Amino acid sequence: MSEPKLAVDKVSKTFQDKKGGSSTVALLDFSLEIGDGEFVCLVGPSGCGKTTLLKLIAGLEQASSGSICLDGKQVTAPGPERGLVFQDFALFPWRDVTGNVAFGPEVLRIPRAERLLTAQHCIDLVGLSGSGHKYPSELSGGMQQRAAIARALANNPEVLLMDEPFGSLDAQTRSLMQNELLRIWQANRKSVLFVTHSVEEAVFLSNRIVVLTPAPGRIKQVFTVDLPYPRERGDHRFVSLREEITGCLSGECI
Amino acid sequence: MLKRLWIPNTFRGEDTRPLRLISIVLFLLIWEGAALLANLPQLFPTPVAVVIALEQLLIAPGPPGMAWAGELMGNTLISLWRVMVGFALAAVTGVLLGIIIGWWRNARDLLEPVIEILRPIPPLAWIPLAMLWFGLGFKPAVFLIWLGAFFPILLNTVLGMENTPHKLIEVSRTLGAGPWQILFKVGVPSAAPSIMAGLRIGIGIGWMCLVAAELTGSNSGLGYMIMYYYSTMEASKTVAGMLMIGIAGYLMFIGLKKLEDRILFWKAA
Repeated sequence: MSEPKLAVDKVSKTFQDKKGGSSTVALLDFSLEIGDGEFVCLVGPSGCGKTTLLKLIAGLEQASSGSICLDGKQVTAPGPERGLVFQDFALFPWRDVTGNVAFGPEVLRIPRAERLLTAQHCIDLVGLSGSGHKYPSELSGGMQQRAAIARALANNPEVLLMDEPFGSLDAQTRSLMQNELLRIWQANRKSVLFVTHSVEEAVFLSNRIVVLTPAPGRIKQVFTVDLPYPRERGDHRFVSLREEITGCLSGECI
Repeated sequence: MLKRLWIPNTFRGEDTRPLRLISIVLFLLIWEGAALLANLPQLFPTPVAVVIALEQLLIAPGPPGMAWAGELMGNTLISLWRVMVGFALAAVTGVLLGIIIGWWRNARDLLEPVIEILRPIPPLAWIPLAMLWFGLGFKPAVFLIWLGAFFPILLNTVLGMENTPHKLIEVSRTLGAGPWQILFKVGVPSAAPSIMAGLRIGIGIGWMCLVAAELTGSNSGLGYMIMYYYSTMEASKTVAGMLMIGIAGYLMFIGLKKLEDRILFWKAA
């Protein structure tokens, strides 16, 4: 692989208890490289530090040791070149879809006409054309998550960080959104780091799957998924890979 | 008809106006009957007597400087003006200070102890001091209204700012927002429902403080008017003034509610 887009190098994160007593190690010596345009999924048991890792990369938390570099530049604070999508959407309820999507360009002081154009483009890309004037409370869960993805894309980030974005959607909407995400990813070829609980989702979406150990999170095993897109969930190679990863998660591998 | 009364409120979508009208008519009938039975027209006027008193008050010349408006409307306008000034001061100071205290921990630790000591003092307890400082009339009334409305506005603003969802702050940081942008584009709008609730409570308390201030520290306004007719033993005019206090307060409340619905339209959607 050529120069990685995102390089996480021996990162550890320890949370100090509020009163300074006990401390919890969320991540230990964690290293991971993500190539340009690569789609990587993180799977692992609850509390293994997946979300912590995303927050460290997003710059919302500071690593206790180690370094995170994007295009060779060290990450120290949040920045628009790293877009984050939360499981519960975190849309601004007082802004309509256009207002939400245009928030990033707005705080970056991009002229109004230009940012509305960008917002419209992103809204169209996620399939929300015609809903720009709607408020989050008027949208279904799937539409809210589309809006949240459009908002993250509006800053034209280098990396899209997604924290169980489809976790709160019903099965049908979830499968629809997975196809939509692949379409969006194939349209703009951003690097994606995607956290999920679902092995099937990971196999369906990603180029590479990183399985984490229980806390403190370390890499247990990495799987490369070289199945061509669009993937068929019933395909025997899909099924056997899914079984293998599920087995690895439940501890049947070293 | 009777059966309908037993349906829980949440399931009733039909027109509620007939029942509401019945409520008012029934209240007036009981009042009229009770007043006729009591037969003490000087102390316990009937609704009819109050309407006659209202008519007389509308025609009688207004307070000094407002003779043209008539006694009732003149005093109402004076009272409303005092409330508007006092409430506007309370809204500006309460919301500004509330934003500061609710957003910055240091500001809260610095200011909260003083506020917690001053807050439990009822505005009425400030009346003597207000009169010593400001004399009679406009100024002490505005001061008391400000005092009464300030604390609910302040506390609700603080609450709203403190409850800004952490997720929204995080997401705006990842989108590139700086600290001031987060304050004004995330914190303040997210606190808006709580701020509006504070304003609504504030205007109610402000109105009560106004009447209290006018009862003692004034020679004009609705509070003064009802006290004046107490001293002349004209209960029907006192009740007419009370009615006006109720109506004006209700209208202000409705006006603020309408404003709130317009600002917070995204909540109702």
